[in-house]
Amino acid sequence: MKDMSEGYVTADGRQIGGVLMEMKNITLRFGGVVAIKDISFDIRDGEIRAIIGPNGAGKSSMLNVISGFYVPTEGEVWFKGVRRGPMKPYQVARLGVARTFQNIALFDGMTVLDNIMTGRLTRMKAGLLSQALWYGAAEREEIAHREKVERIIDFLEIQNIRKTPVGRLPYGLKKRVELARALAAEPKLLLLDEPMAGMNVEEKEDMSRFILDLNDEFGTTIVLIEHDMGVVMDLSDRVVVMDYGRKIGDGPPEEVRNNQDVIDAYLGVAHD
Amino acid sequence: MLYREAGDFKTTYREDNQTFPIRFDRIAYYTTVAAAFAVVPFFINDYWANAVFVPFLIYAIAALGLNILTGYAGQVSLGTGGFMAVGAYACYKLMTAFPEMSMVLNVLLAGLVTAGVGVLFGLPSLRIKGFYLAVATLAAQFFLVWLFNKVPWFYNNSASGQITAPERTFLGQFVTGAQTSASAKYLFCLAFVFVLALVARNLTRGTTGRKWMAIRDMDIAAEIIGVNPLTTKLSAFAVSSFYIGVAGALFFSVYLGAAEVGESFGIQKSFLILFMVIIGGLGSIFGSFAGAAFLVLLPVLLKNVLVGTLGWPTDLAAHIELMIVGALIIIFLIVEPHGLAQLWRLTKEKLRLWPFPH
Ligand SMILES: Nc1ncnc2c1ncn2[C@@H]1O[C@H](COP(=O)(O)OP(=O)(O)OP(=O)(O)O)[C@@H](O)[C@H]1O
Ligand SMILES: [Mg+2]
Repeated sequence: MKDMSEGYVTADGRQIGGVLMEMKNITLRFGGVVAIKDISFDIRDGEIRAIIGPNGAGKSSMLNVISGFYVPTEGEVWFKGVRRGPMKPYQVARLGVARTFQNIALFDGMTVLDNIMTGRLTRMKAGLLSQALWYGAAEREEIAHREKVERIIDFLEIQNIRKTPVGRLPYGLKKRVELARALAAEPKLLLLDEPMAGMNVEEKEDMSRFILDLNDEFGTTIVLIEHDMGVVMDLSDRVVVMDYGRKIGDGPPEEVRNNQDVIDAYLGVAHD
Repeated sequence: MLYREAGDFKTTYREDNQTFPIRFDRIAYYTTVAAAFAVVPFFINDYWANAVFVPFLIYAIAALGLNILTGYAGQVSLGTGGFMAVGAYACYKLMTAFPEMSMVLNVLLAGLVTAGVGVLFGLPSLRIKGFYLAVATLAAQFFLVWLFNKVPWFYNNSASGQITAPERTFLGQFVTGAQTSASAKYLFCLAFVFVLALVARNLTRGTTGRKWMAIRDMDIAAEIIGVNPLTTKLSAFAVSSFYIGVAGALFFSVYLGAAEVGESFGIQKSFLILFMVIIGGLGSIFGSFAGAAFLVLLPVLLKNVLVGTLGWPTDLAAHIELMIVGALIIIFLIVEPHGLAQLWRLTKEKLRLWPFPH
């Protein structure tokens, strides 16, 4: 493979930068279960990186390691050229990593607007006194962040449900609100765990468009877990393939698709 | 046709953020506040102050406090009575140790002391949740009552073990002690309620409130988007306990005048305020008021009807009151967990569309 230390140019002509995050020999165990077995790969600045694999392969676990929710049993995580020590999830969030969940994790009792505003919590600095009086810094800050959030609301076309409690929304819209909340953090690295699961074709097309647009417009680096191979082929620049906790393939989508190990894993040849 | 938002367009985010976005609500709110400050004081007498208004105002503060903790931040507490006792005893110690200090300052400092104690007893919430946390706060309740009974320093070694509020004035008017007028008691408490309700509203609609609600709705997701569970839970305990401490201080000094801890701040108090919050509506400022009003007015009403009009014995009426409150709690928990506040919201939604429901 060509040397990629300075980045590379994608099939559609986008310039991808250097390494943003590097996973080195990651192993993750839950008691006796080995969810991830000695996996290494990198994520480059500005790319859309897919992680695919059969059910239970360890994809979500890998995302949890990246987001800092799980601390790997062995191995190192490097972010922006610095080795990341054990951190609390909220500390990782402050480094510019945001995510959505396989099973939607929104705040059901709050409105869509408030849910998205929570994405900006790490940036809000007004003191308790100012907040208590709703005066000065607190009010200015609230309005400034509201403006940012409104742009995301426009971008994801959810203007008409702003004030609706999230618990009342249908599934597809919840997924979209969850993406909006992650985007509100203006993350450097965005982790999406099956953002299109359970959606119909039309909703999938919308979601794909949003993902491409935000990568294009804001330069957000995206790690995406997805089962729909069509979507993966369309969206991603490079793909990691996992099976039973191991990495069995890594490369551009068309290369991975023709990899014999990957075909076997998907057809179940190797294990039955 | 008055209750409308159509034609009432918001052109700035500032306007959109206001507490009462609908004009009719705004007018109703200003009218209520104006009447509370400028009309009621001229008509209030001792009966109305002691039976209805003063307890309502003080319980409203306590209910706001518990609602912040339980309704907004999702941390169950059965220690409200104990924390009110902390406020009461702190106020008593301050009043007796610094006779010159302003009564407003006494009450606020009592709130601060309670906030500190609340944070201390809130520490277990970082490890335990729900039912287990409720049990831990229950332990706090019993411990605090025991402490104030056992250590004579807290009641200045008085022979009766009671604490008695000395006379204090504010702006030249007695606000504690036997000479206090009904209107002074009422206005003194009302001022606290007014400011504390505004502060509660501001805190819950901004950054802090969102953190609390995020922890309440899904703590794991909250942490992943950058909410620090430690500071968020403890801030809820601190703010909530401050309110409850202020309520305790006022309850003792302005309302009761003299108190014995087990009787005034026992476990029944914890439950009473929890019921106010449940019936009024978890996670609602308005609900805290509605719940407090409901549980203050209900006994007065029942007593007037059952004892006054129907001539039933007092103890029977008291039992019936307990049964009614119990039944209501169950009904609300099953049918409308968001309480009176939600019923009110639904009515308003209907009203907004009326007379064309589609
Ligand atoms: N918290 C946990 N405790 C114990 N085992 C776990 C835990 N999380 C994941 N596992 C196990 O690790 C393995 C990988 O799970 P993971 O959720 O990462 O798979 P996945 O690739 O995301 O699957 P899917 O496509 O179904 O979402 C599974 O065997 C799972 O049972
Ligand atoms: Mg998964």
